Amino acid sequence: MSNNNVSYNEQVSLESGVDAAQENSSIPASVSGGLFSADYKKNEDLKEMLESNKDSQKLEAMKRIVGLIAKGKNASELFPAVVKNVASKNIELKKLVYVYLVRYAEEQQDLALLSISTFQRALKDPNQLIRASALRVLSSIRVPIIVPIMMLSIKEASTDLSPYVRKTAAHAIQKLYSLDPDQKEHLIEVIEKLLKDKSTLVAGSVVMAFEEVCPERIDLIHKNYRKLCNLLVDVEEWGQVVIIHMLTRYARTQFVSPWREDAVFDENSEKAFYDSEEERKVEQVKPYIMDPDHRLLLRNTKPLFQSRNTAVVMAVSQLYWHLAPKHELNIITKSLVRLLRSHREVQFIVLQNIATMSIQRKGMFEPFMKSFYVRSTDATHIKILKLEILTNLANEANISTILREFQTYVKSQDKAFAAATIQAIGRCATDISEVTDTCLNGLVLLLSNRDETVVAESVVVIKKLLQTQPSQHSDIIKHMAKLFDNITVSMARASILWLMGEYCEHVPKIAPDVLRKMAKTFTSEEDIVKLQTVNLAAKLYLTNSKQTKLLTQYILNLGKYDQNYDIRDRTRFIRQLIVPNEKSGALSKYARRILMAPKPAPVLQSAFKDRDRFQLGTLSHTLNSQAIGYLELSDWPAVAPDQSVRIVEVVEPVKETGAPVHGKSKPGKSSEKFYSDSEEEEEEEEEGSSSEDSSSSSEESESESESEENSDDSNKSSSSQSDSEKKKKTLKNKKLQQQKPDGKDRKQKNGNAVKGESRSESESASESSSSESSSESGSELDSDSDSDSGTDQKKNTRSKPVQSTLVTKVEKKEVSLLDLDDFSPAAVPSPKSSILSPSLLSDLQGLSISPTQSALQASSPVFVPETSHELLHRMTGKGLSAQYRFTRQPCIYGNSMVSLQLTLSNSSDQALENIHISEKSSTGQNIHRFNAIERLEPQASVTVSMGVDFNDSTQAANFQLCTKEDEFSVSIQPAVGELLLPITVSEADFSKEQGKLLGMNESSATITMTPENVSSQSVNRKVVSVANLGVIPSSQENIHRFAGKTVSSGCLVLVSVALKDPDAVITINTERTVMGSMLLRQLKTALTNSDP
Amino acid sequence: MIHSLFLINTSGDLFLEKHWKSVISRSVCDYFFEAREKAVEPDNVPPVIPTPHHYLITIYREKIFFVSVIQTEVPPLFVIEFLHRVAETFQDYFGECSETTIKDNVVIVYELLEEMLDNGFPLATESNILKELIRPPTILRSMVNTITGSSNVGETLPTGQLSSIPWRRAGVKYTNNEAYFDVVEEIDAILDKSGTTVFAEIQGVIDACVKLSGMPDLTLSFMNPRLLDDVSFHPCVRYKRWESERVISFIPPDGNFQLMSYHISAQNLVAIPIYVKQNISFFETGSSGRLDITVGPKQTMGKTVECLVVTIHMPKVVLSANLNATQGTYNYDPVTKILLWDIGKLNPQKLPNLKGSLSLLSGAPKPEENPSLNIDLKIQQLAISGLKVNRLDMYGEKYKPFKGVKYVTKAGKFQVRT
Repeated sequence: MSNNNVSYNEQVSLESGVDAAQENSSIPASVSGGLFSADYKKNEDLKEMLESNKDSQKLEAMKRIVGLIAKGKNASELFPAVVKNVASKNIELKKLVYVYLVRYAEEQQDLALLSISTFQRALKDPNQLIRASALRVLSSIRVPIIVPIMMLSIKEASTDLSPYVRKTAAHAIQKLYSLDPDQKEHLIEVIEKLLKDKSTLVAGSVVMAFEEVCPERIDLIHKNYRKLCNLLVDVEEWGQVVIIHMLTRYARTQFVSPWREDAVFDENSEKAFYDSEEERKVEQVKPYIMDPDHRLLLRNTKPLFQSRNTAVVMAVSQLYWHLAPKHELNIITKSLVRLLRSHREVQFIVLQNIATMSIQRKGMFEPFMKSFYVRSTDATHIKILKLEILTNLANEANISTILREFQTYVKSQDKAFAAATIQAIGRCATDISEVTDTCLNGLVLLLSNRDETVVAESVVVIKKLLQTQPSQHSDIIKHMAKLFDNITVSMARASILWLMGEYCEHVPKIAPDVLRKMAKTFTSEEDIVKLQTVNLAAKLYLTNSKQTKLLTQYILNLGKYDQNYDIRDRTRFIRQLIVPNEKSGALSKYARRILMAPKPAPVLQSAFKDRDRFQLGTLSHTLNSQAIGYLELSDWPAVAPDQSVRIVEVVEPVKETGAPVHGKSKPGKSSEKFYSDSEEEEEEEEEGSSSEDSSSSSEESESESESEENSDDSNKSSSSQSDSEKKKKTLKNKKLQQQKPDGKDRKQKNGNAVKGESRSESESASESSSSESSSESGSELDSDSDSDSGTDQKKNTRSKPVQSTLVTKVEKKEVSLLDLDDFSPAAVPSPKSSILSPSLLSDLQGLSISPTQSALQASSPVFVPETSHELLHRMTGKGLSAQYRFTRQPCIYGNSMVSLQLTLSNSSDQALENIHISEKSSTGQNIHRFNAIERLEPQASVTVSMGVDFNDSTQAANFQLCTKEDEFSVSIQPAVGELLLPITVSEADFSKEQGKLLGMNESSATITMTPENVSSQSVNRKVVSVANLGVIPSSQENIHRFAGKTVSSGCLVLVSVALKDPDAVITINTERTVMGSMLLRQLKTALTNSDP
Repeated sequence: MIHSLFLINTSGDLFLEKHWKSVISRSVCDYFFEAREKAVEPDNVPPVIPTPHHYLITIYREKIFFVSVIQTEVPPLFVIEFLHRVAETFQDYFGECSETTIKDNVVIVYELLEEMLDNGFPLATESNILKELIRPPTILRSMVNTITGSSNVGETLPTGQLSSIPWRRAGVKYTNNEAYFDVVEEIDAILDKSGTTVFAEIQGVIDACVKLSGMPDLTLSFMNPRLLDDVSFHPCVRYKRWESERVISFIPPDGNFQLMSYHISAQNLVAIPIYVKQNISFFETGSSGRLDITVGPKQTMGKTVECLVVTIHMPKVVLSANLNATQGTYNYDPVTKILLWDIGKLNPQKLPNLKGSLSLLSGAPKPEENPSLNIDLKIQQLAISGLKVNRLDMYGEKYKPFKGVKYVTKAGKFQVRT
């Protein structure tokens, strides 16, 4: 009960406190002097409250103090009382004390030191939020004495297990740097460390620190470039903006310009990556090919155009503007136009940037011209910017529409805007000669407008226009002379006077009369008008001295005694020039030529003309002057710097007993599952279960890299995870790794049997995605996914070692060639690490941006046949022989192409030159040719890759293989199984999809299996050797499932083999019935054939 | 990045200041006041004002100027977007973002600003994270707090901050699981004197109110997704699935949020729901004018037009209006020169008409431009673009949620030139 009473009292005091504060603020400044003593008194009672031993009292006091700070009132004398509470247990109180400390520590440095030990203690707290906020406050106290302590804390925090604390450390770096720039070197070390951090939480903050502390150390980015690109989509929005700006700058220094058609890659930097001489030769004749890293950046930033954050959209737009090939720029337009719906301030900035863009590239925004139409409710600066853009967009085709629109604007009540419109009309008139006369006539009509600013502006614009063709327009000049009396705006009057003087010969009668009028009012005119009067007088004196001699002298006399020295100077100068006397003989001879020289017409141009010197979207661009800390965007290098610097070292794989292949991929994936607290899993399930799965290659690579990152985290045993679960999981992982397929299988079976439907679905989905990711994680992991499914171990161990040992050897050699066979175009340096290879694979896929990414998750082939087929025999080829083989990889040249590898050898005794595929392909297929091989030495051979779009038919592709001398007709006949790409789906989805493809789409056959074929391994092996299909993990022993899609159209092809001793039923479900039946026939022969 | 923030009301009182780095004297705001004076209307204050040592980036919202002080190069939109986010957070916390509410909740405002920026760089701007760190004030909570002595401040790091889906917190639980979606479309249009469409486009948003337990994974699909020309999404939406399948797949934030916004551009034909016949003229002599406006339905797809309001910014010389409305009420404010005609529901049988005379300042020349009309309207149960939600599926949770979709069409920047 008593408790209640106390709290009631407190509440009252709270309210009264607030009341008092409000009263205070509402009192005008003049009276507040009288209140000072009262203020002081109140601080006294605040002190008392702080001294009390009740938290609630203290809290109350702190709240009032914060109120004072917020109002900008000085509360510094409370420092000693407040600082005592820094160690309080009450977290809200503590926070408020922190607020106070940060505000006043700079002023009360000695006292602030008292609190340091508390923070140092808090930095060791098990609660990550407390650690982070302690670091935040510690680093925000701007007391130079504690620099070493801060440095130490930052170093420690940068290795903290919590990414949140590491993020705070990144922020602290900037604070320390601004406090003591001498720490730069040490801070750069920390930045370097944090840049390697794989958490999305840290990325933005550390890049911010990088930009502030050492933007010139671009070399620190190299190794992290690909990681940053891949993480970008998952970084929080503010970090995205900073990273995008940084990457724009980076890319400008590292890649060659995509804007030149004939750009050739720097050969030297390339050389290191190609061990075979032939490859290099191919390169030399290649035209510009975008660096895959350059493409990676563009591709990974593209989804951000859809961000809800306007700053992100603007940042991506400027990235594309500064980095993308010109023909890809158009995607900027829509997003920017969308931003125009946003807040007024956003509109302002976006319009400014569009204005700059529209000068250089009209075409981009022309279709959206109407979006820039002005509404009467727009703010003036918005209106003027829209007008600017409309003017920039004007061309012969749309000028009539624009002028009609301008007519409405001229009548606007907003006179500043109306004046700007008149200028815009003037610009249109000079830019587009067809409408010059129309505009001029329109402007003359405006001269009779009632509003002065409109008239004045028209006069000024007309003057500029007339200069282009004065002789035809003496009528207009006369008309203006008539108006002269009514115009009071000085700029307009001056313009008319200038016109009179300049073209006085066209209006010989009127000009002297105007001068006469001016002589009367000279003294009361504005300076600018006076100057022009003097000019007019001088010009008339030269052309018509009879009539105007006296008038001129009168005006010159008036000017001589003017108050303004400019006018006095001008008068003196003119007098010497035109009035002949003894002294000035030499110059006055030329007076006429000096004054009456024909003058070039002024060029009316956009105010945004020179803004493109600044990076778009920056403050400097907005202000049109360089802001402090603006980082110049460098020009493209003529020669690309060494690109090998971006290759990341191999990450030491986790030690384990099983095949190394699994070690690399598995722990990453499974740890991700628990790390992200089931959301991730759900996501996966979601993606898996809907089988028409969206996640295309690049997402794959992201999740991949993330999983890698997470695995790192988990190794460090991040504190956010519940330990027990983690142990369980890691145990499971280990088990999985050791006895990989069986354990997994069993686990899945359990899942299916015990858990409910949805659960099992998620199980299998995540299962499938994990298997697919493992198979994705590097082309060297060839037959990985089938080992997941618990079959085909033999093959795995048989076919694998050859390749994998090869790879590991290569890795040791520091040269990065994973499997150049698979990614044959040598332009791509394949990174050797297992982290990057999947993303690389997807990079390659993404090189050709297709509008609609296939919905199905492609995986790498289970089996790549080594057999090659003859394309050209050396006898028929006069020494040139060619063989081809299907690489079964997604083709890098186009999503609908089948990737082929061609081996050309020269078995003649002289070199063959200029080997290429003739331009005309006889059948309709779309063929991506390899680049011509300039020279092939005798007995040498070269491997090149090409892509053929077979259009999902087994029709042969015929083309001409040419050398310098000869042409040979050759043809490639694909087996139906090569027209497929493997995909992974979960078992459940498989059945679901199968259910959709019944009836006509199903073809099946019963065969009798030879006894040696019934083992699951051999079935799998047989099937995947016939067709490029992915193996689907199956929960039933006797049913084997395979899935793929056709390369060209992306249709699903589902194969299942059900074993019923001794028979087997092969079922193929696909929309492509012809392909289905052909495949069925081939599978039948393969499975009944008894050879091993 | 952002160095300091000052909040200033329309009468020029600086009522809150917050510094994230060393303190900057409030005299820096003098440059702002100067620009404010020059601009006359608060809307016309330039968003970026350079001063000798700092740059001021300003937004004007809910009659408050948010003036931020910047010292070095930063993308201006970064700051502008952040300031708007601050205003939205206030709105979210206090129901409205006004000078009074900010003053009343100054401590929470301060705590929020402290959490949102660290050293001028945004730290936590997701409302669900903020709400775990600092709980929004409710009457009940403040009562409980004073009694139990507990505080409004969270003691642990919000779960969202570390997860890959920072917008949703873990452990959400509802007894009634429901998900509502509002498809709101706004027509932006300019009609010319004769009633022909100069320009029209549709801006749509889908607002969601999702109160579902656990971690639901939702998929929203449309009957006609191809309509959508340009979209932007809440970060929760999986862009890849949209790209490939044109469905919106997401794990929703808890509570109210804007799922997506879209744009149907001028290239498509936009149905204009009403027509306006107007005749406004001013006489050369006699300092008077005449006004005659009739509004009628055009393409309403059989729905009723509601909340019809016509607003006219009259020229400065118009002193008063003596009008007669057949439906609704009109009001002319001689100070702001705004004529507002509130019609209400549009009755197709009997078209509303506003007719009468305007009296002008005697001796002043007649205005040369007729004022344009701004139209406001609302049509329930209709998305004017024809967009239709096909279905909403939920994965990941077992319960059956209650689902609902509502359509509404409004006039956005709908202007009739005269």
